Amino acid sequence: MAKDYAAIYSDDRWSPIFGKLSWDVIPWYEPVLLATFVGVAIAGSALLWWVTSKRLWGYLWREWFTSIDHKKIGIMYIVLALVMLVRGFADALLMRVQQAWTASGGAGYLDPHHYDQIFTAHGMIMIFFVAMPFITGFMNYLMPLQIGARDVAFPFLNNFSFWMTVGGAALVMVSLFIGEFAQTGWLAYPPLSGIQHSPSVGVDYYIWGLQIAGIGTTLSGINLMVTVIKMRAPGMTYMKMPVFTWTALASNILIVASFPVLTATLTLLTMDRYMGTHFFTSDGGGNAMMYINLIWIWGHPEVYILMLPAFGIFSEVVSTFCRKQLFGYTSMVYATLVITVLSYIVWLHHFFTMGAGASVNAFFGVATMIISIPTGVKVFNWLFTMYKGQIHFELPMYWTMAFLVTFVIGGMTGVLLAVPPADFVLHNSLFLVAHFHNVIIGGVLFGLFAGIVYWFPKVAGFRLDPFWGKVSFWCWVIGFYVAFMPLYVLGLMGVTRRLSQFPDTSLASYFNTALIGALIIAAGIGAFFIQLYVSFRRREQLADVSGDPWNARTLEWSTASPPPQYNFAFTPKVHSLDAWWHMKQHGFVRPNGDFKPIHMPKDTGAGFIIAACCTIMGFALVWHIWWMAALFFAATLVVCIYHTFNYDRDYHIPAGEVDATERARAKQLVETAPI
Amino acid sequence: MVKKYIVNSLLILICLFVLGGCDLVVMNPSGDVARQQASLIWIATGLMLIVVIPVFILVGLFAWKYRASNKGADYDPNWHHSTTVEIVMWTIPLIIIMILSGITFVATHRLDPYTPLSRISPDQPVPSERDPLVIEVVAMKWKWLFFYPEQGVATVNELAAPVDREIQFKITSDALMNSFFIPALAGQIYAMSGMETQLHAVINEPGVYDGFSSNYSGHGFSHMKFKFLGFDDSGFDTWVNKVRTTGSRIDEPVYLALEEPSTDHPVVYYSAVSDKLYHNILNRCVAGRGTCINEYMGHSKSKHAEH
Repeated sequence: MAKDYAAIYSDDRWSPIFGKLSWDVIPWYEPVLLATFVGVAIAGSALLWWVTSKRLWGYLWREWFTSIDHKKIGIMYIVLALVMLVRGFADALLMRVQQAWTASGGAGYLDPHHYDQIFTAHGMIMIFFVAMPFITGFMNYLMPLQIGARDVAFPFLNNFSFWMTVGGAALVMVSLFIGEFAQTGWLAYPPLSGIQHSPSVGVDYYIWGLQIAGIGTTLSGINLMVTVIKMRAPGMTYMKMPVFTWTALASNILIVASFPVLTATLTLLTMDRYMGTHFFTSDGGGNAMMYINLIWIWGHPEVYILMLPAFGIFSEVVSTFCRKQLFGYTSMVYATLVITVLSYIVWLHHFFTMGAGASVNAFFGVATMIISIPTGVKVFNWLFTMYKGQIHFELPMYWTMAFLVTFVIGGMTGVLLAVPPADFVLHNSLFLVAHFHNVIIGGVLFGLFAGIVYWFPKVAGFRLDPFWGKVSFWCWVIGFYVAFMPLYVLGLMGVTRRLSQFPDTSLASYFNTALIGALIIAAGIGAFFIQLYVSFRRREQLADVSGDPWNARTLEWSTASPPPQYNFAFTPKVHSLDAWWHMKQHGFVRPNGDFKPIHMPKDTGAGFIIAACCTIMGFALVWHIWWMAALFFAATLVVCIYHTFNYDRDYHIPAGEVDATERARAKQLVETAPI
Repeated sequence: MVKKYIVNSLLILICLFVLGGCDLVVMNPSGDVARQQASLIWIATGLMLIVVIPVFILVGLFAWKYRASNKGADYDPNWHHSTTVEIVMWTIPLIIIMILSGITFVATHRLDPYTPLSRISPDQPVPSERDPLVIEVVAMKWKWLFFYPEQGVATVNELAAPVDREIQFKITSDALMNSFFIPALAGQIYAMSGMETQLHAVINEPGVYDGFSSNYSGHGFSHMKFKFLGFDDSGFDTWVNKVRTTGSRIDEPVYLALEEPSTDHPVVYYSAVSDKLYHNILNRCVAGRGTCINEYMGHSKSKHAEH
């Protein structure tokens, strides 16, 4: 029986106390969701019980939730990304099953009401709550270490940014069980996302989830950008910065310049939905084309916000595992900057088919193609780093090789889509879907996995188990090709995206193959988690006490694994690119005395509390519970103001404690050093 | 079951290598415009392969030759710059992109959907004495309404045109944004309410082709499909006669009833069309629901909504 969703969310049922909330908005009548809810509730309760029984709440609160240590925040970002990856991937599997089922002549098991929520949530979650936290986590953890800093420029802000991102993710997750999510596609184009065509709360969850997380991302962008500019170790001029730090700088500049556009665009959409304005409606002088332009003015730089740090990771990995300085460092840096600038003048290629004139389309098409030049240069740089190197095929290098081949294919289909007349036949097809998964999985995600294997020993003090890593690698790579190559073909067969029903059973074999591919990727994700578990169990055998297990080149490897809270007992002096390699070549001696007290920022719970207030306010706004929104808006302000009176913000690690830590470390190094 | 999957997967792999083996309508279309668009895909792919193939070869070659276990290979840990290599790796992509940009610029203008066709097929110019067939398209929740001003008829979810005659589509939407796409005929263009987009195209072979919306527009989107019929001239006349004789008239009340959301809407023929119906849909003033956009926007700004 089709549920009358319009009635459930109708304004007539609004009450001053509960807003639009009622028992009917809980989808207890949906077996799939109910089962999910039961599963989540059981697992969640088990986790809560475990944490409580182990008396871990105090530990978690003191050591993690309130921590403003950039390293712990970086780890928490990555944990968030992994949790959301599972959610986003579950959505992907649901879609693959539905498409394979209906293309084989079946009726499918998802009605449009649910299918449309799933593809919207999949896209939005994968970009905002998987890729973004992953990248931000990497930048948070590594960039300060790479520039020889003790923390980021604004440590409290860092904690607050993280909790805002969690708040946004939490709102999206809540929409699973209370109400529903948007059914608009991941960018929520009006007029479909307007109040007239999407009267329920789905789009509101989307808006407030993004707005809250977006504040976190913008602030974190400012924070990390300032950190690179102001906090580099003495001697580290711009042209001596590691490439990952360069790409982090470029990425954060993009964040700072583009996320406000997203915030403003969503604010206009919010006003259309909540206050009856007509920015993007069909009537009243509004125009949806404005939204589509604005959202892509944010959206295209977003692609490079994700891609550039991944390029940085590959650069570090290639030079480390080829035991060779990166080829063409200077051109790598300039290529990065050229991409940063160009990424702002290509947004229109996402809608060549909207009817702009030939000259406008040609301009944006050509501008897009120009980006492929610096990107191509990067590929050649990696290649010529391998040339005359000594390539050690450890797992990070596996990922890099897979990336080089896969990404080049994705780049090629990207240039095809940049030719406007070709885009007219490929736009919105499964060819497009295959293309952007090709670059985001083959580029960003492969980079992140390379980075995880590469830096894991730094973070945990032990390496990841290579066997399960290889299983995960092969599943991901093979799964990717099996899942997405059929989509390229389907696109050329004229199959468009976001369809939940197919009358044509001749497509069945393609969709079935894609489903098999998705299942292989699922095995890859499973193998990754097994890898984490097995490595933890074998941590004694896999331990690395040297702090530099790969014979690497940049400063993060000069300190212990995991690094002490203060990162470096003395701020390193940088004389060269690849500072740590240079230090090793010139007989670096660890300082063993004369330590000074180290000035550190102090942990605070304010970030968590403010973000919690904002999230509750967001929830209240979704459900039109105005008193609650006002209350938590006021609470947010009060906590912010209260926090400004907190003068107890820093402390010194006494010289004695630093001395003890460093001595223990020196002893450990001597004991384990090969003689 | 598993065996079937494996066989199917193998078939697809073969198909991937021999692209012609599948029913790739985008690459083997039946309209001249789409055919030119397909050939652009081939040209661009070919040009890019000039860089891509060497990259693939070098990846394999370098990985093999400079593996750590190969003690015979050169190892030069400080070799990180070569002006020659840098020049080559910037200029070769640059040259290829310059060529591709030139092709793109010309093709984008030649295949601009708003521009009248310059030819019917590679060896057939557009006859000057024959005007294009005008078809007005309205994307609705979730079906397609087509008006034929020359013939004075209209249809829902079925479109027909004579082969080798230029067609000028004028496209709008009643509310949601869709994309009007017949892969065998020509590329797509968005259908947006209150605005008119255009598409010029021609079908060169008689046949029945798939048309659909390729821009997600809500719950009925999956079923927003129609058949596009390419006829020879007499076949087209027969079809028009069939529409004239079997259908009833569409006027504003009939249109308003049609506006109710529906999925999988059956084909409907309308034998006659009331005055200015498409004009009023485009300008969002059917049945006096508001001032027509073209009136309140003033003459200078109403380029999109002119009719």
